[in-house]
Amino acid sequence: MDRPFIVDEPDKERFRLNRRVLVDPEILEMEHRRIFDRCWIYLGHDSEIPGNGDFRTRNVAGRPVLLVRDAEGGVRAFLNTCRHRGTMVCREREGNRTRFTCLYHGWTYDNRGTLTHVPGEEAYGGAFDKADFSLTEVPALEEYRGFRFVHFGDDPEPLADYLAGAKEYLDLVVDQSPSARLEIVSGTQEYDIRANWKLLVENSFDDYHLHATHSTYLEYMKDSGVSVRLPKGLMMPAPGVGRSLGNGHAVVDNVNFRGRPVAAWIPLYGEEAKPEIEAIRAELVARLGEERARRVADTNRNLVVFPNLVINDGSAVTVRTFWPTAVDRMRVTAWALGPVEESETSRARRLDSFLTFYGPGGLATPDDVEALELVQGGLATWRETEWSEISRGMNKTGEQLNTDELHLRTFWRRWNALMTGGDPA
Amino acid sequence: MTAAPIDAVRREDVEALFFEEAALLDAWRLDDWLGLLTDDARYLVPPNDVPDGDPRDTLFTIADDIRRIRGRVKRLNSAEAHAESPRSRTRRMVSNVRIVERAGDELVAEANFIVYRFRRDERIGEYVGRYRYRLRSTGEGLRIAERRAVLDCEELGGLGSVSFIL
Repeated sequence: MDRPFIVDEPDKERFRLNRRVLVDPEILEMEHRRIFDRCWIYLGHDSEIPGNGDFRTRNVAGRPVLLVRDAEGGVRAFLNTCRHRGTMVCREREGNRTRFTCLYHGWTYDNRGTLTHVPGEEAYGGAFDKADFSLTEVPALEEYRGFRFVHFGDDPEPLADYLAGAKEYLDLVVDQSPSARLEIVSGTQEYDIRANWKLLVENSFDDYHLHATHSTYLEYMKDSGVSVRLPKGLMMPAPGVGRSLGNGHAVVDNVNFRGRPVAAWIPLYGEEAKPEIEAIRAELVARLGEERARRVADTNRNLVVFPNLVINDGSAVTVRTFWPTAVDRMRVTAWALGPVEESETSRARRLDSFLTFYGPGGLATPDDVEALELVQGGLATWRETEWSEISRGMNKTGEQLNTDELHLRTFWRRWNALMTGGDPA
Repeated sequence: MTAAPIDAVRREDVEALFFEEAALLDAWRLDDWLGLLTDDARYLVPPNDVPDGDPRDTLFTIADDIRRIRGRVKRLNSAEAHAESPRSRTRRMVSNVRIVERAGDELVAEANFIVYRFRRDERIGEYVGRYRYRLRSTGEGLRIAERRAVLDCEELGGLGSVSFIL
C-alpha cells in the first residue's frame, strides 16, 4: 500500500481522508469483499411481507434476493437464482405466491424454497434428488425489532452484537408505536446519485452543511413560522451532539426544532393538527413516562448503521439504503416508516412532513445530490489534491457537536480497519 | 368575467392552457406560472412503483399543496436552490390531450408528456409520462386545481432528482 487511506492523528488534531478511496475502481472491488461481504447489510422490514406467501425482490450487496414469508409465517431470504441454470426465478417487485416457477425450463419451488417440480425429471440419473436443489438461502438472516439484515460472510457475529449502540436508537424509533410495531409505508423513492456511496454516508449526518446547502429549505421553514435563528456558538438552530455507537455506527442526536409527527407540533402542521399531536404525546407520556417521552418526541436522530443504512428520525422517519453501481455512482432506495396504528390524518401529516425536506422532489435532498455530484466532479483532481479534511471537533475533549465530525470519523475509522485488515474496533 | 360553463370548454381550450404552461415552465417564468393555478392547487408526482397512489397514505416524490408550491417557486427563484443553479434547460412536448371527465365547474384532462432536461453540458434524460389535470372554470378563465405528473419509468434511476417543475 503506497499511501494510507486515512491519516488519523488525534494528538495533532489531524484527520485526513485519501481522496483516492472515493474515485478508484480497485477500492470499490475491495469494498465488495471486505465491507459488504463482512457486515450485516439491511435487507428490508418485516412489515413489507405481512402475510404468509408475501414476497419482495431486492438487490442487496450486489445479489438478487427474494424475501419471503413462507406458508408457516417464517421469514426467509433466498438468493433469487434457479438451481438449474441460474435464472432469476422471481421477476416481480412484490406479490404473494405459494410457488415460484422459473420461466426458462419450468423448475418450480414452493415458498419454503423446496424444489417441488422438475419437468421431465425422468431424464436425470438416479443420483439426482430434488431435495439437493432447494433455493439457496442467504448465509445469515437476522432481525432486530423488525429491521432485517443479511450477512454474506463467514461466521458472522450475532446481529444484536453487531448493532451495538445503534440498538438504542432503533428502540427510540420503535417506541413511537404504542404496540411497538412499525410499518414501511407504500411508495418507494429510487434514484441515482452520480457520486461515491460513502459521500452519502457522510452527508446523511453531516450537520455542518445545513446552512450552506439548505438555506432555501430553512427559509421555507422560517416563512412557515419555525425559528431557524442560530443560538450563540452553534451552527444549527438547536443543540445536538455527534456520537460513536461502536462498530462504525454513529448518530447525530439533536434537540428538535423542525417538528415531529410523534410528537412535536409546528405551524406547518396546521392548527387542526394540534389536538391529535397532543394526544399522541399524552399516550407517549402515559406509556413511557415523562422523561422517555421527551427523549422520543423532542429529539431528532440521524443514524448511520454501518455501512449503508441510514435512518433519519426527525420530521418523519426515513429508511434509506444505497448501493454503489460504480465507484462514482450509487442507487438510493428510501422509504417512510410509521407506527401501524397511526390515524389517517396522522399518516398524511407524516408523509407531508417527509416531503418538505426529503427525497428526489423535496426542498432539500436535491441540493444534497447536487453537492455530492460536485464533490465527485472535484475529486477528479485527486492525484493533485490528495486529502480531504475531516478534523472538526478534534481540538476538544468530551462531547462533540453535531456540526463537529466525530461521527464521520467513526465511519471512516471502521471502514479503514476493515479495508486494511486491522483491528476493526 | 364570469366563469364559462364547464360543458363549453373545448379540447383546444385545454391544449392552449397546457401549451401556455409548458412555455412558461421552459422559460422559468415561475411567478407567471403560479398565476395559472387556483388558490387551493396541488402538484403531485407519485412514486414510480405506485403511480395511482394517494399522497395521504403513500410516499410520493412530490405532493405539494399551494403553500409548498409557492415555497417551491420562491426557492427555485433563488440562486441558493443549488440543484437548479445553474438552472436546467428543459423542453416539454405535450400531446394526446383528452378531456376525460366533467363535473360541476371542473373537468379532468389528460395528456402525454416528454420533458427533455439538460444540465451542465450533459443531457440528463427524458422524463416521459402522462399528466392528469383537474381544471376549474373561473372568472379569470380555465385554471389548474391539480396537476399530477405520472412518470412511466419504473424508478427515477438515472433521472436523479425532480428538482424542477415537472
